[in-house]
Amino acid sequence: MKKSDIVIVGSGISGTSLARELSRYDASVTVLDRGPDIAEGATKANSGIVHAGYDAVPGTQKAYFNVRGASMYASLCDELSVPYRKSGAIVIGFSPEDRDTLLHLLQRGMDNGVKGLRILNREEVLQLEPNLNPEVSCALDVPESAIVSPYELAYALADDAAVNGVRFVFNENVEKICRGEEDTWEIYTGQEIYSCKIFVNCSGASGALLHNMVTGGSLRMINRRGQYYLLDRSAQLPFSRTVFQCPSPLGKGVLVSPTVHGNLLLGPNAEDIPDPLDTATTAAGMSYVLGKAARTWPGVSVRSNITNFSGVRAHLDTDDFIVGAVSGAYGAYEAIGIESPGLSSAPAIAVYLAEMIAGDHSLTKKTEVIPYTPPLRPFRDMNDEERAAAVSGNPEYGNIICRCETVTEAEIRAAIRRPVGAKSIDGVKRRTRAGMGRCQGGFCSPRVAQIISEETGIPLQEITKDGGNSRILSGSVRTFLKGGNRE
Amino acid sequence: MTDCYTDILIIGAGPAGLAAAIAAKEQGIDSIVVLERESEPGGILRQCIHNGFGLHRFKEELTGPEYAQRDILRADELGIPLECGTTVLSVSADRTVTCVSSEKGFRKIKAGAVILAMGCRERPRGALCTPGTRCAGIYSAGTAQRFVNLEGFMPGKRVVILGSGDIGLIMARRMSLQSAEVLACVEIMPYSSGLNRNIVQCLEDYGIPLYLSHTVTDIRGRERLTGVTIAKVDEKRNPVPGTEIDFECDTLLLSCGLIPENELSLTAGVELSAATSGPVVSNTLETSVPGIFACGNVLHVHDLVDHVSEESARAGRAAAEYVQHGHSGGRFVPVADGPGVRGTVPQKVLPNSGEDLHLMFRPTDVFRSACAVVECGGREIIRKKAMIFTPGEMAEVTVRKELLDNLSDAGIIVRIEGEKQNG
Repeated sequence: MKKSDIVIVGSGISGTSLARELSRYDASVTVLDRGPDIAEGATKANSGIVHAGYDAVPGTQKAYFNVRGASMYASLCDELSVPYRKSGAIVIGFSPEDRDTLLHLLQRGMDNGVKGLRILNREEVLQLEPNLNPEVSCALDVPESAIVSPYELAYALADDAAVNGVRFVFNENVEKICRGEEDTWEIYTGQEIYSCKIFVNCSGASGALLHNMVTGGSLRMINRRGQYYLLDRSAQLPFSRTVFQCPSPLGKGVLVSPTVHGNLLLGPNAEDIPDPLDTATTAAGMSYVLGKAARTWPGVSVRSNITNFSGVRAHLDTDDFIVGAVSGAYGAYEAIGIESPGLSSAPAIAVYLAEMIAGDHSLTKKTEVIPYTPPLRPFRDMNDEERAAAVSGNPEYGNIICRCETVTEAEIRAAIRRPVGAKSIDGVKRRTRAGMGRCQGGFCSPRVAQIISEETGIPLQEITKDGGNSRILSGSVRTFLKGGNRE
Repeated sequence: MTDCYTDILIIGAGPAGLAAAIAAKEQGIDSIVVLERESEPGGILRQCIHNGFGLHRFKEELTGPEYAQRDILRADELGIPLECGTTVLSVSADRTVTCVSSEKGFRKIKAGAVILAMGCRERPRGALCTPGTRCAGIYSAGTAQRFVNLEGFMPGKRVVILGSGDIGLIMARRMSLQSAEVLACVEIMPYSSGLNRNIVQCLEDYGIPLYLSHTVTDIRGRERLTGVTIAKVDEKRNPVPGTEIDFECDTLLLSCGLIPENELSLTAGVELSAATSGPVVSNTLETSVPGIFACGNVLHVHDLVDHVSEESARAGRAAAEYVQHGHSGGRFVPVADGPGVRGTVPQKVLPNSGEDLHLMFRPTDVFRSACAVVECGGREIIRKKAMIFTPGEMAEVTVRKELLDNLSDAGIIVRIEGEKQNG
């Protein structure tokens, strides 16, 4: 049995944000995740938008945390050197009914305290974004909307938490939670029992499952999948800001948005599926996204598509987050149903929960916090003088491994050596962008695998794409020659 | 940051860059630098350990590494520096090349002429928009070839190949020889995009079925690939419901086309052709930017390395001529694709250049008992018969220099006349 004061289940944006907040207190914290790495659920597969907060119904948890969370982003991302840009957004309408919806959103936004909202007429919106469908009739301008790299934020939060004492354990799937001695919780993962005084459920798609383990209740969660297209940076960006269509009961609809790295994102759709881990894309889903995106952008082209992906929203019937202490279960806390605007809300939810937990259990603040050290500066972000200096200081900066995204050996080694470092090809990809370009790792993945093997001592044939059984090789050529395959 | 000058700078030490460098040196240019991002010269030939290279050029069958080695040795003899481990970051229109390497650091090199010889890359899964999971076990055929032939590892044991490009066909045989089971080769078009000899020697000889007019419609497996579904496609290449076939497999290789790698060309403002995805060039293989030349697969994707070497030697000589005598300039006339033809290179020609004109192009469809016809100002100047024209094999016509003396401004049109084969 492994003991700690606090166990957080889930290392997505909610879990890592909370882990960092709790690492400031005198308490031992363990984070468990079923996946092989940080941010393997919805955090790695969402629109990457920090919503201003016009969409959530005033008085809901979503409204409360969204506006507060969004206001924390600029300084948080600056502190953690995470790509973030207040690029603004517009919600576009095509009809008098849409205009009513936009006026409604404007009112909601003002009630929620969102700044700078205004309604634009056709001419004004087309002047802002000339590539929009000319049939557009009006729009809501949302200058406070921002874009962020959600998984890079989670990696930075986790690293910061880890250097301040938080332990991260991966590939641990919670099977059972029950009461131990003296008001403790015992968390069974099949491999290990984790005992703690304080248990926090930040488990995204498994939120309801873990809630029910603790309460014996029957909370139900809907797995609402959303599929996306991601276009290459070489594609001319049609819009400088995020473009939403009028929201529907299923969600905010299909957006067309630049990403912080200069790619273009189209999506998501919304479809309810039985299995929360089913992140496949489908012909029907992709075709729906393309059709809807064409309504925003008549010139839509996926010629430069580099990948399709999907994420699963953790949706509750109540259409709101549940954040706080679990009633009737002393020492248990939760942040569940954290679908959009969950990314925007996560920093505020973390502060709120950490303060609640610290208050309930009389935790004291640490006297010393180890400041965050960002990973190596990306070569592609440097100017000529900086590049020259970087290579002369560290020759590994002179070895370009990923040609599409200009990622160097130095950055890849640094990503593996981070406090919660990369252990797989995808782990390196999301931390450095190696393999995220137009050739999708065709050239660099063998080299990245080799570097991971050198850094970690894992034999090359055991390197995985993304943990578990996702090995990229099935054995040495010699074994096959001896007929190993036929046996 | 070091600033230095070289007469000719060549980007890429694959077969194209090597041939261009050798030709330029033999033309009397002393100061030549070849920059190569890999740790060894030879380009993609290094991993092409099968034979069949060099039949035209050397009249013998060589493996890829043997073919490359002949050029590497010749470059060595001529004292041409091949700087490996060096990645070019950008090329400017005034021919300043920015590059970086661990050994020599970050540099800017000014060149009298630049030859683009960066080759091509494979079309990845994203470009195909194939639905399904994003598991391990999906590789472009070239990546798999690198794993098997250079690293000594097998990517999997039960294989389906999507696309019938040559690298995919070669890998079907290679994986079979390593006791993997290759279950199917699936091609969305009604014809193969690979060379006929590869269909025979790599699929038929190993009993691997070729599914024409089929594509992969689903990819399964959460961590590692567990299976794919293929289906027949209609004339618009949309899957036909009810024709699905499931395969249990752990590996999917993609051999769905090659794309000339022109990101650096774009940094110099080089104009690209929509038909070839390579630079628009004149008969001297000069791009739209004076003093920047292009050859090999970065210009247009070739089937045979012999043709790459031949074309690149011409680029090397033309670049040498440019450095020695300056830009020839003059009045270009256009070379256009007519019916049945796509991506003719060069796209423009200088009349009275005193050299034969080599026209290379791809047929748009399969034609049997057909003729390639070259017209100039409405006048037919060449008619070349062939048993078969197919998109999988590049066609070539040489126009003798006498015929180019008095080209009209209307320019040249290349077309294919003959019976189009359906489905």
